[in-house]
Amino acid sequence: MTTTSLTKSRGAGRAGDKVFSGAALAAGCLILAVLFGVALFLVIQAIPAFTAPAEDIQGGKGFFAYIWPIVVGTLIAAIIALVIATPVSIGVALFISHYAPRSLASGLGYVIDLLAAIPSVIYGAWGAAFLAREISPAYDWLADNMGWLPIFQGPASATGKTILTAGIVLSVMVLPIITSLSREIFLQTPKLHEEAALALGATRWEMIKMSVLPFARPGIISAVMLGLGRALGETMAVALVLSSGALTASLIQSGNQTIAAEIALNFPEAGGLKVNTLIAAGLILFVITLGVNMVARWIISRHKEFSGAN
Amino acid sequence: MTPTLTPVRKRSALTKGQLPKFAPYVVLAIALVLGAAILALIGFNAFGWGIVSAILFAAGLVGWSAAVEGSRKAKDKLATCLVVGSFLVALLPLISVIWTVMVNGIPGIITPRFLTTSMNGVTGVFDNRAAEEGSPVLGGIYHALLGTLEITLLATVISVPVGLLTAVYLVEYGHDRPIARAITFFVDVMTGIPSIVAGLFAAAFFFAVVGPGTKTGAVAAVALSVLMIPVVVRSSEEMLKIVPNELREASYALGVRKWRTILKVVIPTAISGIASGVTLAIARVIGETAPILVTAGFATSINNNVFSGWMASLPTFIYTQILNPTSPSNPDPSNQRAWGAALVLIVLVMLLNLGARLIARVFAPKTGR
Repeated sequence: MTTTSLTKSRGAGRAGDKVFSGAALAAGCLILAVLFGVALFLVIQAIPAFTAPAEDIQGGKGFFAYIWPIVVGTLIAAIIALVIATPVSIGVALFISHYAPRSLASGLGYVIDLLAAIPSVIYGAWGAAFLAREISPAYDWLADNMGWLPIFQGPASATGKTILTAGIVLSVMVLPIITSLSREIFLQTPKLHEEAALALGATRWEMIKMSVLPFARPGIISAVMLGLGRALGETMAVALVLSSGALTASLIQSGNQTIAAEIALNFPEAGGLKVNTLIAAGLILFVITLGVNMVARWIISRHKEFSGAN
Repeated sequence: MTPTLTPVRKRSALTKGQLPKFAPYVVLAIALVLGAAILALIGFNAFGWGIVSAILFAAGLVGWSAAVEGSRKAKDKLATCLVVGSFLVALLPLISVIWTVMVNGIPGIITPRFLTTSMNGVTGVFDNRAAEEGSPVLGGIYHALLGTLEITLLATVISVPVGLLTAVYLVEYGHDRPIARAITFFVDVMTGIPSIVAGLFAAAFFFAVVGPGTKTGAVAAVALSVLMIPVVVRSSEEMLKIVPNELREASYALGVRKWRTILKVVIPTAISGIASGVTLAIARVIGETAPILVTAGFATSINNNVFSGWMASLPTFIYTQILNPTSPSNPDPSNQRAWGAALVLIVLVMLLNLGARLIARVFAPKTGR
């Protein structure tokens, strides 16, 4: 009798096991399906824009004439953001991991994480209402004194709503991402390397240069690339800050546009082929960011020792 | 005759050429005075004073160090100045954003019935009157607050089971199988999907399945889930991984099935971390604007039903009030409402962040020691 009851209970439990592990696997597969679906549905809805006659697309010169200026604009904004954010965030990460007193470090890290918690629309509103106004005198100065450089060609925008302002706002938004990843990697530097450098008489900076930075280089690269992915796809900061226009080389005039902002500004009122065009633009943004993120993740996974970096 | 032994103090080579301990304070004081003097010549403002003094301080300290201690120590001082400086620079936007939102948002918040009325029927006429005659600004954010809460709740209801089950699969069943590795990789990739692309995906999916132009709160919730699931998976996975294996083995030794072990032992042990991760994920998506903009449209009246009709949310409310003021000739009342909504949103996000820390601390498993 005992054996039967045991077998019975085993049978019931086995069904539960099967159902549970099946549900877990299904949830995992659902995620893969969603990612695949993102690509699939974007492609389906984008095809009419690729195949439509050139004169039906906004601008009248076909899809690629429409898309390339805003792709370039997206890259310009993202590059400005990275040029500003990378050195600052490596400095901040070093400060938290190697300079700040141990007891303060985690609290300071939390403060920087607060930067990531602020919603992007609030950054956009801040950029448009505060930063653009405060920074426009600096643009006048740049136009007067550095105007011979094409990127600072005047006349500067009077409102300050330029691609450079948008790039500065973006840099604030990617800073916490690069900082938190770099900080994790800096903290994983082997203590023995650091102590060996210090024991040989190195100053703190020489220790960082000799042991921390070489160890962390791949991690920093992937952190910067993840920041690039964020900067490329960020919408609201650009949509609210930039007064958009045609592609221009000057960073301190109004003009330029990014893919994400173009979609956000036009999608709510769009209809017909315009919807397809915007979804096609979104598909291109998706492909670009996917490529950047995959390379970054690949760099991280190649260096498995950065387990905290993912 | 005994020679008097006066000990001759030689400075050791190791301590030779060091700046005195008080050197940074002296340089700082000089830099602040000089900075104030320079700024007084070209027009004083506190921000410029800080910048000029910081540059003078760094230059002074590094220069003095180079003269006394040599170039290696000077480089070290320069690096310290740059590292500390970059941290201070990073704090500037945080302080500035919070200050701007507080200053501009408080007039909006204290307007009567700001939290309890919607924008239904509020037209430019009222805004013009408010701007010209100083009557109170009408209209509020009730509809947007409601929409944000409903959309976020639905997104949470979708994301948490999917995310948690996936994390369970990865930790308990995956064992480095190819499919588990693929899921891990693509979850990482998904965290980098631009939020607007997630919105476009949800829009394109519902356009194809339900019909063109489908814009409801539910579409927005699907878009937010795409952004939320990877965050939930990552945080739950980390939490499940740190559950000690001994607990699982003890449960197996008692003859408990694997699924009951997971439900009764593993998840309860990790629940504080999981709950805190979910709260952080909610905090992340509650402020998303772009996906809601392309999926739920923007409404001015109260819509209780997430499954039909356009729906407002706090972020899109802020966005539209700034970009398309209710009264184009008098944007001030619209700006006041937008900043009020921004203050409410930032308070919500900060509360969620604090809540996550509290949950992690209060419900942490008791170690019994």
